[in-house]
Parts: sequence; structure tokens; C-alpha cells
Amino acid sequence: MPEIFGIPTAALFGQLLIGLINGSFYALLSLGLAVIFGLPNIINFTHGAQYMLGAFCAYFLLQKWGLGYWWALLIAPIAVAISGVVIERTMLKPLYKLDHLYGLLLTFGLALIIQGLFRNEFGSSGQPYPIPPELTGSRNLGFMFLPIYRAWVIVASIAVCFATWFVIEKTRLGGYLRAATENPELVQAFGINVPRMITLTYGFGVGLAGLAGVMAGPIYQVSPQMGSDLIIVVFAVVVIGGMGSIMGSIVTGFGLGVIEGLTKVFYPEASNTVIFIIMAIVLLIKPAGLFGTQK
Amino acid sequence: MKHQKIAFLAMAALVVVMPLFVYPVFLMKVMCFALFACAFNLLVGFGGLLSFGHAMFLGTAGYAAAHSAKVWGFPPEFAILFGTACAFVLGIVTGLLAIRRQGIYFAMITLALAQMMFFFYLQTPFTGGEDGIQAVPRGRLFGFIDLANIWAMYATVAVIFLGGFLLIYRVVHSPFGQVLKAIRENEPRALSLGYDTTRYKLLAYVLSGTLAGLAGATKSLVFQLASLTDVHWTMSGEVVLMTLLGGMGTIFGPVVGALIIITMQNYLAQLGAWVTVVQGAIFVLCVLTFRRGIVGELANLLKKPL
Repeated sequence: MPEIFGIPTAALFGQLLIGLINGSFYALLSLGLAVIFGLPNIINFTHGAQYMLGAFCAYFLLQKWGLGYWWALLIAPIAVAISGVVIERTMLKPLYKLDHLYGLLLTFGLALIIQGLFRNEFGSSGQPYPIPPELTGSRNLGFMFLPIYRAWVIVASIAVCFATWFVIEKTRLGGYLRAATENPELVQAFGINVPRMITLTYGFGVGLAGLAGVMAGPIYQVSPQMGSDLIIVVFAVVVIGGMGSIMGSIVTGFGLGVIEGLTKVFYPEASNTVIFIIMAIVLLIKPAGLFGTQK
Repeated sequence: MKHQKIAFLAMAALVVVMPLFVYPVFLMKVMCFALFACAFNLLVGFGGLLSFGHAMFLGTAGYAAAHSAKVWGFPPEFAILFGTACAFVLGIVTGLLAIRRQGIYFAMITLALAQMMFFFYLQTPFTGGEDGIQAVPRGRLFGFIDLANIWAMYATVAVIFLGGFLLIYRVVHSPFGQVLKAIRENEPRALSLGYDTTRYKLLAYVLSGTLAGLAGATKSLVFQLASLTDVHWTMSGEVVLMTLLGGMGTIFGPVVGALIIITMQNYLAQLGAWVTVVQGAIFVLCVLTFRRGIVGELANLLKKPL
């Protein structure tokens, strides 16, 4: 069996693949957080719960109406986004002028409510979600077997990430958005409806979390807790990357996923903590984050 | 100031009288959590720094006290001191990291650091993993007071709680506390007046963590148990909730908050995950309707700080 550094290549590439998969979710979720960060004084603690909502939405669509994965991929993010818009309109809006800590406490409370309700209904065990028939099976690449669904997740999340990056950095709409976070009064004076824009931004960021949830269903199972631990890691990813740049959160997300995967191969004891350790090191060297600018 | 002294005397009297009517173990639990919440409030209410990882102090001190009492045979006073000292060291190390970012980032960093500690305690063998450290001996305080006697234990916890509370009261009303409040209100201005704000914030963070550790170490002796629950992020969320409900930045708020939340958990325990839902709902309700918390609203009504 071929080896690299005394590790069988199959194990190495296997963990690298898992790392890329985890990285896809880190990237999608931290991207959503970065988009929402444009909102005044809001960090979205509910993000993990909304990721879980996306997965459950897909699960319900399949169980209740027999609508499969591809429909879920379309409907679930929109449903989660709509629920996000309702939350923003009714609860987050009054908080913009207050200290940042209230936005954090409110979204944390919402996360507890959502997760608690689902735990009441489904307990702690996960519900299986089947891989869509078009994407089952795997391909032999010579050095490893690549399950097609996992390849799809990586490709799809890269595509979504770059599409988001393109919209925000390269289009007129994205330009408005960036201007509105920089100086809302001025942009408002130009006749752009900034409050509506903020609402839609929150909806979009949350929708990304819902999309990630649908894609995660067939890999991790659908369970009420799937988001709560993940979101803490994603926060660390956000601190490492710095929230300033969209591209930064994409690169950091994938990069850290891969590093975590490699740690599982070379020093498994640290695989749970490696991202937090990297965060500590980054804070010592470059407190603003790798791609961030200190305000 | 006078009414605060009266309120304190009333609270001390309640601590003495209540065990005649209420199960003392429950009251000891409330006092441990009240001290924990007061320590947390020192940081968030007066320093304006929202830590989302305070469970790491509670849990670390709990494990250190339990391990030193059970395996090394420390007497209870040294076990508590050792646990508190461990929280102090952890406070310095994590504080130096977390203080480098402000606002929202500070909350995320403390949460992440606490999660790192959680995984550390999950994997390291001395904590007993999911079982925790069980059957921790309470021992004899100063060599002659047997803490297996529930009233001796109760008196010890009461002294620690009231002592810790008075210390926090003293700190809040000291010049240091005033500078801390100034930093909370307007950091650039405090900086321009020549205060080294980073040092003040670090000091507040370490002090808060150490006192949270004192609560954790005491708690592990009371329940003779140190477990993963105390380092999990839900515990960090609970202390935030207690402080928010009682009133951030008030002296007595966290005590009231701790009393309510612990009572609620006791009554709703059989309802399982509904506790989480209710706690989340309290968060949302507090933020949307009464941000000052119960004691804060009361103080506002009486026009006197409590």
C-alpha cells in the first residue's frame, strides 16, 4: 500500500476529503455570517439553528409531500430566508440603535427556542436523509474512492460561494449593499430603500445557512443539535478570517476544513481543538484576522 | 448607598432564615450560581464586556478542586483555593487573547476558547469524561469542621457567597470600578484621559473569572461532583440569562436572576427540552421588553441604584 510520511495514502486522501466537506460547510456558514455582519450591530447566533432548520425543511418536504432533494435545494433556503425576514422585521429591527450585545442575546435566545422545540419533537437522535438517486455511488480515482455526493457538495458550495462573492463585489446591487453598510444615511439620501435592503440581506445570509443545511442532510443526518456545536467552530473561523472580506471567509473556511482533516490523520487527539488553537495563534499575531481590518 | 446596605442586610438575613423553610441543598445551589452570576456581571454589567465562555472558569475550578480533594487529599479550604487559583491562571491566559478584540468578536472568542476547554476536558483522562469526577470528599474545614454535616456546609457556602458578594460590591464602588464604568460608557475618552484601558479590562476579566472559579470550586464540594455540564456552552448561556433577567449592571440583579432560573429549572426539570425553550423565550422577552432586568426596572421605579 502506498504511503506518505508513514500514513497510507487512502487514509490521507479520505481525511482530506472529509476536511474539504467540513470546509464547504464552514465556508457557506461563515459566508452567511459575513453577509449579515453588514447589518448594524448584529451577529447572528441563530445561524446554527437556521442551518438545522434548512435540513429539517428538506426532511419534511420528503416525508410529508414526497418532494425530493432537488426541490428541497430550492424550497428550503427560501423558506428559511422568509422566516429570517420575519425575524428581522419583528425583532432585530428595534435593536439596531442599541448596544451590540442585545442583538447577540436576542439571536442566542431564538436559537435556544428553535433547537429546544425540535428536540422536544425529535429527541436527540438523527433522522436519516437519503442521498438523491442521481448522486449515489462513487468513482474510483485510482488512489481513492470518491463518493459522488461528496464531490457534488464540494463543487456546489464552491459555486455558491463564488456566485455570492461575484454579486457582492462585482455587481451594482452588491455595490449598493456595501455602500449601505458603510454609510446608510448617505445611501438613503440617494433614494435607495436601505431598511428593505438590510432585511433582504439578512434573509439572504440566513438562506445560505438553510442551503448548507439541505446539503448537509445526506452526510451528517438531520438532528436538532447539528447546528449548535458547528456554529461555535464557525465563529472561530470567522475570527481567524476576519469578517471584513467575503473572499476571506471562503478561503478561511475551506482552508481550516482541510487543516482539521489533516490533523485527524497526523494527530487525532487535537482534531477537535485545532481550529481554536489556530484562532489563538492568529489573535496573537494578527488580531484583526487574516483578511480583516481592525476598526 | 444606604438602601444598598439595607438590601444587603435583608439578603444576609434571608440567607440565615431561609434554610428553615427551604431544602438547604437547593439554597446552596442558588448561592453558588448567584456568586457565579455576580462575578459575570462584574465583567458585563460594569466593564461592558460580554463573555460567552464563562463556564470555562466554573468548570475548570470545579475539576481542579474536585481532583485535588479526591486524588491528592487536599483539605476543603485548599481544594477551593486551588480551584480558584486555576481559574485565575486561565483568566490571565484567555484574557490576554480575548482582550485583543472588542465587541462582538470578544463574545465569539470567549465562546470559542471555552469550547476548546470543553474538548480538552472531554478528552483528558483525569476528568473522567462523561462520568465526571464523582464522590468528591467534602473533608474537614480547617481540620476540625466536618463538612459532611449539611449545616456546616451551608454556613461555609453562605460565608463564601456573602464574602464574594461584598468583594464585588467593594470593587464596583472603588475608583477601579468607576474607571471600568467609564470604559464601558466611552472607551476612547477613558483612553484619552490617560487610563490604560486594556489593563483595566484585563484586570476586570481576570477578577471576574477568578470569582466565577470560586463559585465553581465551592459547587463541586457541595455536590461532590465535577462534570462536563459545568464547562459546556449551555452553562455559559445560563449565566448570561441569569444576569440579563436579574439586571445587568445592578448589584443585586444577578442574585435575583440566579434564584429565578434555578427555581425554574427545578420545577421544569421533568419537562426536558422545554426548559431550553423557556430560557430562550426569557432571553427574547428580556431583550425586547425589559432590557434593564427585574432589579434594574425596580431601581428605575424607586429612582435608586440597587
